[in-house]
Amino acid sequence: MFRTDEIIKASKLPPEGVAMSRHIDYIYFIPILFVTIIGTFHMHFDLLAGDWDFWIDWKDRQWWPIVTPITAITFCAALQYYNWVNYRQPFGATICILALLAGKWVTIWAAWWWWSNYPYNFVMPSTLLPSAIVLDVVLLLTRNWTITAVIGAWLFAALFYPTNWAIFAYSHTPVVIDGTLLSWADYMGFAYVRTGTPEYIRMIEVGSLRTFGGHSTMISSFFAAFASSLMYILWWQFGKFFCTSYFYLTDDRQKTTKVYDVFAYATLAHADKTKTSGGKA
Amino acid sequence: MAADSSGRGYDISQWYDSKPVKIGWLAMLGIGVFWVLYQRAFGYSHGLDSMTPEFESVWMGLWRFNILANAAFFAVTIGWLWVTRDRNLANLDHKLELKRYFYWMGWLVCYIWGVYYAGSYTLEQDAAWHQVIIRDTSFTASHIVAFYGTFPLYITCGVASYLYAQTRLPLYSQATSFPLVAAVVGPMMILPNVGLNEWGHAFWFVDELFSAPLHWGFVTLGWCGLFGAAGGVAAQIVSRMSNLADVIWNNAPKSILDPFPSQVATGQKTGY
Repeated sequence: MFRTDEIIKASKLPPEGVAMSRHIDYIYFIPILFVTIIGTFHMHFDLLAGDWDFWIDWKDRQWWPIVTPITAITFCAALQYYNWVNYRQPFGATICILALLAGKWVTIWAAWWWWSNYPYNFVMPSTLLPSAIVLDVVLLLTRNWTITAVIGAWLFAALFYPTNWAIFAYSHTPVVIDGTLLSWADYMGFAYVRTGTPEYIRMIEVGSLRTFGGHSTMISSFFAAFASSLMYILWWQFGKFFCTSYFYLTDDRQKTTKVYDVFAYATLAHADKTKTSGGKA
Repeated sequence: MAADSSGRGYDISQWYDSKPVKIGWLAMLGIGVFWVLYQRAFGYSHGLDSMTPEFESVWMGLWRFNILANAAFFAVTIGWLWVTRDRNLANLDHKLELKRYFYWMGWLVCYIWGVYYAGSYTLEQDAAWHQVIIRDTSFTASHIVAFYGTFPLYITCGVASYLYAQTRLPLYSQATSFPLVAAVVGPMMILPNVGLNEWGHAFWFVDELFSAPLHWGFVTLGWCGLFGAAGGVAAQIVSRMSNLADVIWNNAPKSILDPFPSQVATGQKTGY
């Protein structure tokens, strides 16, 4: 699929040059790109949707299916721009979610369980891997980011709840504790004290029509799909902005000029001659 | 062409040396493991009540160590990079420039590993620790490692990455790269944002709702990391190394190593 051997052959580099090119790959893709996504995406995700991802009793039908995909599709879209436009690599979303899960699970083992002593199933994160694979496949098949924003992003959010159902369905089953009917998720929430997240700040299912004919989850997912499409468009453009490659050049008369690295722009597919002509800063 | 003893037919040491990045990354890993083990060893025994004498000695002792060690690391690293700067970049050998790009990527590896500590591990670890203690200080057992250990650590590595590029790589010595500045300064500003965070938690919102707007400053500043590994800096590195390879091995004209003359009159550029 990647045809890297053919690409390297086309560069007409001797074995030494090919070896140099491969060393860039070794250092760049895992130690730099993947770890950067872990560090930045994990922070972004935790501070926008973390509470729903931390706790099993926050994984409700109203907010969890909305907040999680909308928050997660952001970096997926930006990385899809970067990987697809620059290198025609169709795994921007998947690498994002893999990185997020890697960061999450290291912390779940070392911090939530080993240090703070919460059981894994109480603090287990949701997965967006199936959603991300579908998003990447849509981009790969259509080769069109607009269609991906409409179909792929829609599927990204709509698939979230059903693909997590197998993991978390058990926690929605009922249990009677001291004569009170609870779900297993609620029971765990009451049993484990959380000093930083007391019950009065818990945000789950506050809508007055939350039963809505039993279709709460579908309605939430439907809205999440719509919002994810919009978020995808926005963050595809953010991805373009992050790929900005210009310099500020100060000459001997202390005049600063905004100049583009034309070779980096040649690397980027959106090279625009009108932009590479330079302009005053 | 000098061949090395490995039978490759070429001398890889002319353009590649992985020893510094291995040493740097292992050092970063070592300090991270030390912090985690320290927290596990003394979190419950000495870290639950900030008013106790043992908290002052064990945890504020670690805070003082973090501050002093980071200050020393910053001074030594930045000082060394500046004192040993290349004052003759105009005559830099192309293979040596390639080698310096690999060294620079080594700096970026260390920087990003620090960003991982700060943005991923210690961030969520802080969420976990806040669930088992009553927050009675801004200097909790998790904050002392996150805010005052990992943040200054990655800031030093980020500034060092910037300074390395500026003092040893021709492209960055001639001009200021916007994405590189953003990739270093954006995450750097997360440390000042701790001031807002702690003020908010001390006087307004003592609970730890992670998605609260009080935390969104961290989020937006963290986005700037994408200017580096998934944006303009990566594009600049790949294109420059590709051009160097073409000049070295494909007899491409050396003019492709100067991206600016078509946009700025010759002689207007100032070297660093």
